[in-house]
This record gives sequence, structure tokens and C-alpha cells, in this order.
Amino acid sequence: MAKLRKLVQAGWGILTNAYINGFIPGGPVIYQGPLKQLCVPGMNCYSCPGALGSCPIGSMQAIFDSRSRGIAAYVIGYLAIIGLFVGRFICGWLCLFGLIQELLYKIPTPKLTVPEKPDKALRYLKYLILFVMVFMLPFFYRSEYGAGEPFFCKYICPVGTLEGGVPLVLLNSMMRGALGWLFRWKFLLLVLCVGASIFIYRPFCKYICPLGAFYGLFQKVSLIRMRVDEEKCVDCGICAKTCKMNVDPRRTPNSNECIRCRDCIKACPMHALSMKIGPGRDQEQRQAGQPLEETKA
Amino acid sequence: MKREAPLKVTIALIPLAMALCAFGIYRGEVAMVLSKAINICMECIGLG
Repeated sequence: MAKLRKLVQAGWGILTNAYINGFIPGGPVIYQGPLKQLCVPGMNCYSCPGALGSCPIGSMQAIFDSRSRGIAAYVIGYLAIIGLFVGRFICGWLCLFGLIQELLYKIPTPKLTVPEKPDKALRYLKYLILFVMVFMLPFFYRSEYGAGEPFFCKYICPVGTLEGGVPLVLLNSMMRGALGWLFRWKFLLLVLCVGASIFIYRPFCKYICPLGAFYGLFQKVSLIRMRVDEEKCVDCGICAKTCKMNVDPRRTPNSNECIRCRDCIKACPMHALSMKIGPGRDQEQRQAGQPLEETKA
Repeated sequence: MKREAPLKVTIALIPLAMALCAFGIYRGEVAMVLSKAINICMECIGLG
């Protein structure tokens, strides 16, 4: 399953960044066709020379920071549909930057586990970033000339620097001449993110990513959900030890942090974990306080 | 285990999300996305 997931992640990354002409020095710089009307479901900078679709977080800010101050209903609705169907499954299976972080984590070095308290506190950072840098500042801030800014993309996003900035600067000598403090700042953030990914599993996804934060809000209502068969579960804790996102599937099978990679399902020796549609009849009955046997009969 | 929403809540929310998306399309937000995406976003790459 881990190999299949890597193949899907890589295949999706190649498919959505397949505009070869963008990588030819002196050729058309980025794709400008109609596919860019559509957002990809994961983080993927639309200024990547190969990008065939738009970045949902960048698009959201582009509508918020426009002169007409749009409400980004198109992108929010689109992301909500995805979230309602699969939750953070996208993070685990269809995000190129997630794959890059996972590959960096494979570099054989001692690994770091962030202690529980700071880890828990830092997890809220991505919600703050979503609210302030993606929603509020692009919507309300206007310069003296009336222009808004995509705050997250401009000041934080290492995905744009890696997928857009670095290749464009390497391919285009004019752009190299325009490098200033902003590029240096964003490059520093990228280096920190890449460096942290070698020692910590997916640090950007855990602490920074506003898209993961958005999808995470749908984990407990999404159509596809994790289920624990409490009759099979022996509380051995193997699933919690396996989870690199530090989720305990026995306690919170549909935690906002779960990227639905299915590693825990594979690791469970009792086959007590599964991914199914809805919360499951037994779970609904348990929540309603009804004894299971009574209604099963 | 924390409470989770029943399936009918999910099924009720899906058309709402679809309606929101359709409203955005009706307002012309697709064109706004396209016009941003076909030009290099200087802010995104750290040059703007």
C-alpha cells in the first residue's frame, strides 16, 4: 500500500505538472490554456513552469484580494466538495509537496519527535495561517493604490518558491536579475522546510499548510471515514506507533491530522481498522447510547 | 471516541457545497482564477 501511494503521489504530480514547454529555456514560460480555470486539489503553485492547473490556496487569495473583493465561493465550494467526500485523503495521496517531504524524511538520519505539548500547540498554527494569511489579510488589506496581496503566497508558501520560483529563476536570466529580499526570505523558509522534513515527518503539513487545515475541518463529516471495530481492537497501540502524523486511531480515528495514508490499517494485526463510507451503523448507535446487540438482531 | 456527524449531515452538506461552487462560477470567479493563473505570480515565486 505504501508503494502504491507513492506511485499515485508521483503519478499525480507528473500529470498535473506535465507542461514540458515550460521547462525549455527560452520557451513559453508557463502554461496559459483553459485547464488553468480548474484548481488541483493539493498544493501546487500555478507559476510552476509545468503546472497545468491552478493552486486552490493561491486562487482563493486571488479572488479575495481582487478590487471587487470576491468571496471565493467557487474555490471554497470546490474544496468543500472534496473535503466532504474524502477529507484529508488528498494530503496523503494527491499532494506533490507532501511526497517531496516524505522522500526527504527517507534520508537516513536520526528522526525527531516534537514533544506532545509544543506539537499540539504548533498544530493550531495552520488554522491561524488559514484564517489570517489566506482569508482576512487578502480580503481586507488594500495598499494606497487599492491593490490587495496574496499574503500566504507572498510571505510564507515554500511550495511556490520550490515549484515556481527556483525553476523560473534558473531558466530565466531576467528573473535572476530581479532577485531581492523577498526571494531571499522565501528561499530561507524553503531551506528551513526542506531541512526540517529530513528530521520531522511532513512538518509543513503538520504545522503550516492552510489547505490541510481546511480539509481537516471536514474529517468528521466526510463521506469516507476511518472506522475502528471495537470488538476486534485489543488496544495494542500498534496503530498509534505506526502513525507518522502522531494520530491515535483508537481514540480519534477521524482526527483533523489524519492524512488517510492507510498505514495504520495495514499495521493493525487484528484488522480492526478500516476506511468506509460514513460513521458506520455501530458507531451511530454507540453515539445514540443504544446497545449494539439490541438493534443488530 | 469523539462524536462524529451522521451520514445524513454529510449528504445534506454536499449539495450546499455544490451550490456554493455554482454561485462562484455564476459570479465569474472562474475567469478571475484563470487571469491570475496564466500570468506568473511574482509574489508567489518571491519576486513581487
